[in-house]
This record gives sequence, C-alpha cells and structure tokens, in this order.
Amino acid sequence: MGHDDVVVIDDVGLDGLIGALREAGFEPAGPVVRDGAIVPGAIRGVGDLPRGWHDRQAPGHYRLVHSDDRRYFAWAVGPASWKAAVFPPVQEVWRAWERDGALVVSEPPVAGAPMAVIGARPCELAALAVLDGVLGRPPVADPGYETRRERAFLVVVDCAEPGGSCFCTSMGTGPAAADGFDLALTELDDEAGHRFLVRAGTDRGARVLSALATRPATDAELGAREDLLERARAAMGRSLDTDDLPGLLARNLEHPRWDEVAARCLACGNCTSVCPTCFCSDVRDTTDVTGEVRRTRTWASCFDLDHSYLHGNAVRSSTRARYRQWMTHKLSTWWDQFGMSGCVGCGRCITWCPVGIDLTEEAAAIRASDGTFGPGSTAAGAPTGSARVAP
Amino acid sequence: MTPGGHTPSVAVWKFASCDGCQLSILDCEEELLALATTVRMAHFTEMSSAEVEGPYDLSLVEGSITTAADAARIREVRQASRRLVTIGACATAGGIQGLRNFAAAGQYAGTVYAHPEYLVSLETSTPIADHVAVDFELHGCPVDRRQLLEVITAFVAGRRPAVPGHSVCQQCKERGNVCVLVAHGTPCLGPVTRTGCGALCPAVGRGCFGCFGPAATTNTAALSAGLVAEGSSPLDVARLFRTFNAGAPAFRDEADARGGAVPVSLRTQTRQGGRR
Ligand code: SF4
Ligand code: SF4
Ligand code: SF4
Ligand code: SF4
Repeated sequence: MGHDDVVVIDDVGLDGLIGALREAGFEPAGPVVRDGAIVPGAIRGVGDLPRGWHDRQAPGHYRLVHSDDRRYFAWAVGPASWKAAVFPPVQEVWRAWERDGALVVSEPPVAGAPMAVIGARPCELAALAVLDGVLGRPPVADPGYETRRERAFLVVVDCAEPGGSCFCTSMGTGPAAADGFDLALTELDDEAGHRFLVRAGTDRGARVLSALATRPATDAELGAREDLLERARAAMGRSLDTDDLPGLLARNLEHPRWDEVAARCLACGNCTSVCPTCFCSDVRDTTDVTGEVRRTRTWASCFDLDHSYLHGNAVRSSTRARYRQWMTHKLSTWWDQFGMSGCVGCGRCITWCPVGIDLTEEAAAIRASDGTFGPGSTAAGAPTGSARVAP
Repeated sequence: MTPGGHTPSVAVWKFASCDGCQLSILDCEEELLALATTVRMAHFTEMSSAEVEGPYDLSLVEGSITTAADAARIREVRQASRRLVTIGACATAGGIQGLRNFAAAGQYAGTVYAHPEYLVSLETSTPIADHVAVDFELHGCPVDRRQLLEVITAFVAGRRPAVPGHSVCQQCKERGNVCVLVAHGTPCLGPVTRTGCGALCPAVGRGCFGCFGPAATTNTAALSAGLVAEGSSPLDVARLFRTFNAGAPAFRDEADARGGAVPVSLRTQTRQGGRR
C-alpha cells in the first residue's frame, strides 16, 4: 500500500490499531475525559476515548457536554498539549554526590516506552514541528527531546468540530492534517455508518496499516471528507489577519494597547503553560540535606518576574513589557529567530487565560490604529519600567 | 557542616501561631535524621526541651507579634541570630489573627472570650518584618516542608534558596491539573498567589484560597473583576482575600477595594444577629 491510498476502518479497526501499536512496543496515549476536560492520558482501547463529548470554549471559559453522538473526536483541543510528552514540565538533568572523596555524576536515562499518540490534532502536529525548530535543531538539539520525539508514533485526526477559540485556518495549520504524522484519520458518521478514513504518512505507518483489515475509500467518502473540512473551516471561533503581522507588531512596540492589556493581564503564566510551542525552561541547582546536588529543568514563563532577571534586576519588570514580549515573540520575532510563526492557532491561550485575554483581539486592536504609535512617536508616552528593551 | 567546617546551630522560635509551620519540620520524617547531623537543633521546643544559649547561626521564626512582651522578645531573638528566616503566613503577614487589624480588637475579644478583661494583647497582629530585619521570608499556611528543607539546606550550603515567586497557576499546569476557574467556574486565587504548595487545592478540585500569600507580581484588581463577572459578589471576593494573608498589602488593599474594610466575619455575624 502506498502513502496516498485512503482506506476505511470502523471502530473495531481503530481498537485493533491501538492493540497493534501496543504489541509493537508503544504505550498508547490519547484524549481522555478527566476533571471536566479532554486531556492526554494512557488508553487501553477505544473505550477510553471521549466518545460523545463536546467542548464549549470561549475566552476564559471551557465546559464539556455529552450527547449521544457516536463520534470519538467531535471536540477541539483541551488545556494540555502533547508538548509535555516530548518536553516534560519537570526533568532531572543530573545529580551528583561525593563518594570516597570523588564526585559521582549520574544522568537519568530517557524514561518510559515510546509513546503512540492516538488522536492528536493537526495544529498539534504543527506545534511539534515548531518545537522541532527550537529544541530539535542541530547542533544544539536537546537529546531527551529528540529521543522522545523521534520514537513517538503519531496518529492525527482531522478536525471536524473546531472550538470557540480556534483559528488554525488563519495560521495554515488545520483543520486538515497535511504532514508530520504516521497515520491520519478522518472520522465520518453518516447514512453509510460510523467509520474512519485512514492515510499513512510514513513507511512505518503504512506497515502498521497493512496489517489491519481495511477496504479502499469510495469517491463519495473522499468527497465527504472535503465537505467535513469545508464546514470546519467555516466554523473557526476566531480569526487572525496574518498580513504583514510580524511587521505590524514590530512597528507598534509603543502602542497604548500594551498598557490596556497589561491592566487586564494577571501575569499568571497560564498562556505560556498551555501553549504547545512555548519552550522556555529554567535550570536550577539544589542540594539536599545529605549534600547531594541535583540539577532540575522546569518549564518557565516570560510572565514570571524572575525570567528576565539579569545582574540584579528584572529587565521586563512591568506586565506591559512581559505581555508584549510574549505576544510579539509568538507572532513576530519568532520569524526572525526561527523562520516561522510561533503560533499555530490552537486557541489554548485564549480559553485558558483566567481573564480571557485573546491575542487575536489584541492584534486586531493594534492593526486598527497601526502607525499611530510607532517607535519614536511621542503619542504613546514613556514606557513603563525598563520596558524599552526590544522584545 | 557549612563550608567553613562548623556545624551550624538552628533555633526555632514561636510567636502568635498554631505550631503548624514548626510541625512541618517534624513532618520531614525521612530527611530529619540527615538534617540532625547537618545542623544542631539548639532551640526547638516541638522536638526536645534542650535549650542552648545563643548566638544561633539560623533562627526560624514562626508566628506574629500580638503582645508587647513578644515585641521585646523578637528583638532579643534577632540579636542572638546570625540569619533570621520567618516561616508561614503569621510571621510574614500577621496570619489569620491579623483580621483583628481591620476592627477594634475588643470587638473580636468580646465575641470569643467570656472575660476579655483578662486578655493582655496589642491592638494588632503584625508580621516579624515590621519589628526586626528579616533575611528571608518563607510563605505558606503552613509552609511547605520541601521548601522549608530547601531554605535550611541552602543556608547550610551558603547559597540562595530556590524558592520561586511566581503564581500557583504555573505549578498547577506543570502538574497537569484541569483549571477549576476556567473549566468549573470555581473562584480561585491561584493567579495572584505565590507558588510553593504544589497546587494542592486545584489538584483536588478546589479553588486556591491564597494561603501562600501574594505572588511576586499580582494584578488582584483584574482577577477580582473577572470573578465578579463570573458571578461572585464583591463581598465574596473581599472574603477570599481576607483570610490567612489578610495583612499582606496586595491582598489587604484588594479586600478593602471590594468593600471588605470591616472584617467580613464580624459583619456576617452582625447581620445574622449574634455570635455562634
Ligand atoms: S499562542 Fe495561543 S493560539 Fe498560538 S499556539 Fe500558543 S496557545 Fe495556541
Ligand atoms: S494573558 Fe492571561 S493567561 Fe497569560 S499571563 Fe496574562 S492573564 Fe495569565
Ligand atoms: S486552577 Fe487556579 S491555580 Fe490552577 S491554573 Fe486555574 S486559576 Fe491557576
Ligand atoms: S492551592 Fe492555594 S490555598 Fe491551597 S495549599 Fe496551595 S496556596 Fe494554599
């Protein structure tokens, strides 16, 4: 079977796929319902998937509702992305202790079996590609990241039900899975029944697929996929005008909108924690009572005052400077740094911001009065704190 | 031992408090033996009655200042201590007993005690730093045992304690909790509260009630506005801020701004017509 062939399986087939991946040595993981949200978790089979669950998302708001819908994937991304699977929130880098007068250093191995992700979304694969450009880039690639990333088997599902905060169409990352997957599914449920179209994206994906009982997709089914994607594109909760967006933000660093958003922002760091591309980490050395030294790496946030602490002072002391750093990095300076957008349009930072700050709205507000408050303009007044450092 | 080769002496002092923070030391069961060989517990009434005269290398101070005698004693402790670290909400913000600061203390005393005339206490409950210089403040009600060990071991190693000042939210997400504020509509002070507990309350489906006090930077007004927009009354919000860290400036001012100038608990009792 070639990569271009589209075949059909039903939910028994999907269960078989999960079983086959487990037998091949992967630990299957997928979306599960926990504590009122759809989050990544270990799965044994299709019975653990969130069948019939839908999400209602808005800025600062998320609720799950259940229906008798037979579909497993009729929801948009929840708070936790697959970032944590390849870039754990807390990692031990090494520990060291003294034995017989000599220093012993031990680095932990990359823990656990390779993961098979069932039901990642297209924007999440795009986010992994963004992370690859940061953490997986030779010669400074992060070995733990590379190992986890390379061995993970990825099964993506086209998005049929975008959420109220989604804008992947604006960012060109969805709702269809384009690449970066081993297998891609489209979930159909119509007169002809509940089933999945399956495409392979890699040789190992094709091998796993060839061991399953499948039949070729019909033209009608391929057409149904196009219709589903078209409806999804029309159902995006948000949109972002990306026309010269990097330039727009770069020339509006003194826009009064930054003060306005800073008045609402809690500097809590939820947006950076849920963002599937935020990669900053903090490395800390600690000792314990026996004198053992441990170096630990944890997720860090540019909203944390300590994050910009340099020789005696926090460079970005105001929330204005920190929000601006975050948003301009995502949408503007990421291009300078990595040649791509740092935002994939998943909408997590909008939904999971406790006060519902929406970067698409912030960008639109700046665009609405573009050019009025450029660098050197006196209209914006003095920057607060030491914020005049370019982000 | 310190790099200098001498075993540092540690003293633990109690002022107006519940002993919960001191008990966090005993809660360090596994590490306690190792700790006992690293430092000399010179004054710790929860563990042994042995007392040693100062000076002490490190004093851990629990509790707030509520009497004139304690106001004098803390100055003696400071004089006898090379380093002084305050532990817990009482020592760092005045504690729950600091609620008296928002009313005439007699108002409470009359509610609680049959014979308030026997009480000898100050009108206010104040943090240690209002009275003497403090080298480091460790927050929490009670403090987190891992953070407490970190402060002690950092002191022994002569380094800065790795105690972050950011919000509970970051640790909440690290831990994989589903946000109770966004997903359940439960009021949560996590976005303005200092991390350290491991996001305990959201992990069991409850909102954070701010027991670690304000984070290094806070925007309490924006959080309050959000909570009110989601259906909390301003008084509910004032009540959230007016607990263990009521005296911490960021929380105190926010409660005041939401109409909590009069102690909320007293007002409720008055409205309901009497004491419990
Ligand atoms: S910035 Fe927001 S919308 Fe963009 S990728 Fe990050 S979380 Fe998603
Ligand atoms: S934008 Fe929202 S989530 Fe991000 S730091 Fe500000 S308040 Fe928190
Ligand atoms: S539950 Fe509370 S502490 Fe956790 S992320 Fe939400 S607001 Fe922050
Ligand atoms: S979540 Fe908040 S109230 Fe609960 S233990 Fe932590 S700091 Fe205290």
